[in-house]
Amino acid sequence: MASLWEYANPKKFIDTTDKVLPWVSVLAVLCLATGLIWGFFFTPDDFRQGSTVKIIYLHVPSALMAINAWIMMLLASLIWVVRRHHVSALAARAAAPVGVVMTVIALATGAIWGQPMWGTWWAWDPRLTSFLILFLFYLGYIALWEAIENDDTAADLTSILCIVGSVFALLSRYAVLFWNQGLHQGASLSLDKEENVADVFYFPLLVCIAGFVFLFIALVFLRTQTEIRARRMRALLARDRMEA
Amino acid sequence: MPELGKYAEAVLSSYAVSLVLLIALALFSWRRSVRVKNALKDIEGKRKSDA
Amino acid sequence: MKALLLRDIRLAVRAGGGFGLGLAFFLIVVVLVPFGVGPQSELLSRIAAGILWIGALLACLVSLDRIFALDWEDGSLDLLATAPLPMEAVAAIKGLAHWVTTGLPLVLAAPVLGVLLSLPAQGYGPLVLSLLLGTPGLSMIGAFGAALTVGLRRGGLLLSLLVLPLYVPTLIFGAEMARRGVDGQDYTTPMLMLAGITCGTIALLPFASAAVLRVNLR
Repeated sequence: MASLWEYANPKKFIDTTDKVLPWVSVLAVLCLATGLIWGFFFTPDDFRQGSTVKIIYLHVPSALMAINAWIMMLLASLIWVVRRHHVSALAARAAAPVGVVMTVIALATGAIWGQPMWGTWWAWDPRLTSFLILFLFYLGYIALWEAIENDDTAADLTSILCIVGSVFALLSRYAVLFWNQGLHQGASLSLDKEENVADVFYFPLLVCIAGFVFLFIALVFLRTQTEIRARRMRALLARDRMEA
Repeated sequence: MPELGKYAEAVLSSYAVSLVLLIALALFSWRRSVRVKNALKDIEGKRKSDA
Repeated sequence: MKALLLRDIRLAVRAGGGFGLGLAFFLIVVVLVPFGVGPQSELLSRIAAGILWIGALLACLVSLDRIFALDWEDGSLDLLATAPLPMEAVAAIKGLAHWVTTGLPLVLAAPVLGVLLSLPAQGYGPLVLSLLLGTPGLSMIGAFGAALTVGLRRGGLLLSLLVLPLYVPTLIFGAEMARRGVDGQDYTTPMLMLAGITCGTIALLPFASAAVLRVNLR
């Protein structure tokens, strides 16, 4: 059986993802189109929220992916620290901007929804505040990558920052909960049926989430390929300069 | 077009913002991917012809 | 270890070492706030605890880049790396020295500045206690941030961007404890959380700082 670590070879990674990428992209577009069109045109309005309930199809998946992107970066950073596979470090770097965009979408759609529903664009509610803090962590992580010239040093430092940052992000989450009880409703998705959103909204939402997941995978594959190539390019240029 | 009622603005603007951001991200990633791929091919081609 | 600690403190206290700059910064921030929000003493007394915490945090932040920068420039950090002392201990000592020269003076100055902000009388005890418990954590987190950016030429702004999100839990529990103290409520829970975070950072972050320093010295 082929080991997962085979994909740590940059060439193998590029070859494999080249084959998979078109399929994942098509799946992402298909799921997103189906989910969003289903949700936008063919679901009823909520009896309390009116048509604003349709924002859920963007808000919940993007919020979910904002957190999952960070978790993926954490895992990739751990793999880099333990096994020192370059692809892993570069995948973490590639995922960060995607995570930022997901965070911004979650915050923006939340604000647009909050304006008519809560009567305010922004409240210092625990969930909102945690997301804002997550956004700051993403910014710091990306800024550190950009600031360091040596690739390996940058990979080492950012992965340690990611690991330390994850602990503090979790701490902040609970600190913020302690600090303010908040307006935000409970989880939209959970195994507890009572708490869940109604079925009419649930199924298109699941399709949308699948779409966001596929989109994230496609983007991370594409961006990791780019990072691998850019790294190889820098190495070649450096070697040319040494020879000259 | 479904009837969005008085919240039409909120719903439409959140769809617009999200889609614009997602498409922009995808486009940027794709364009940079093409650019880097070509640049790398150039450099590798040059090295091969030198050797 | 003791020798390193004493050396760092002596260097900081000597002219040009930056001792007192943090303190002066703290004073200026606290003086500027009433200009920004207005001189009403009832408003000031309500936000005094929060302002003092923010001020102390910023004063701590501006002096962070000095923790490793000087030793990095003159090469003594390389010497320390080859010394028998483990890097973890160096990182911890550096954080401790930063606290002694910056955090501790801030804690001592806070009650004086509290007078300027008409902090209610029952608030002084909890405020000083919260700063005393919180500032060592700020110094240790700051030492980690300083270690991350030590090799960069223009690391100052990046340092703030990296460190400030890490300060969030300490600030929340510290300011909450001071605020509850001012309101005369029970502040045991935030106090324990604050102490826990500080102990955690002292116990664990030197390992992260040491790992980062080793990477930067490679």
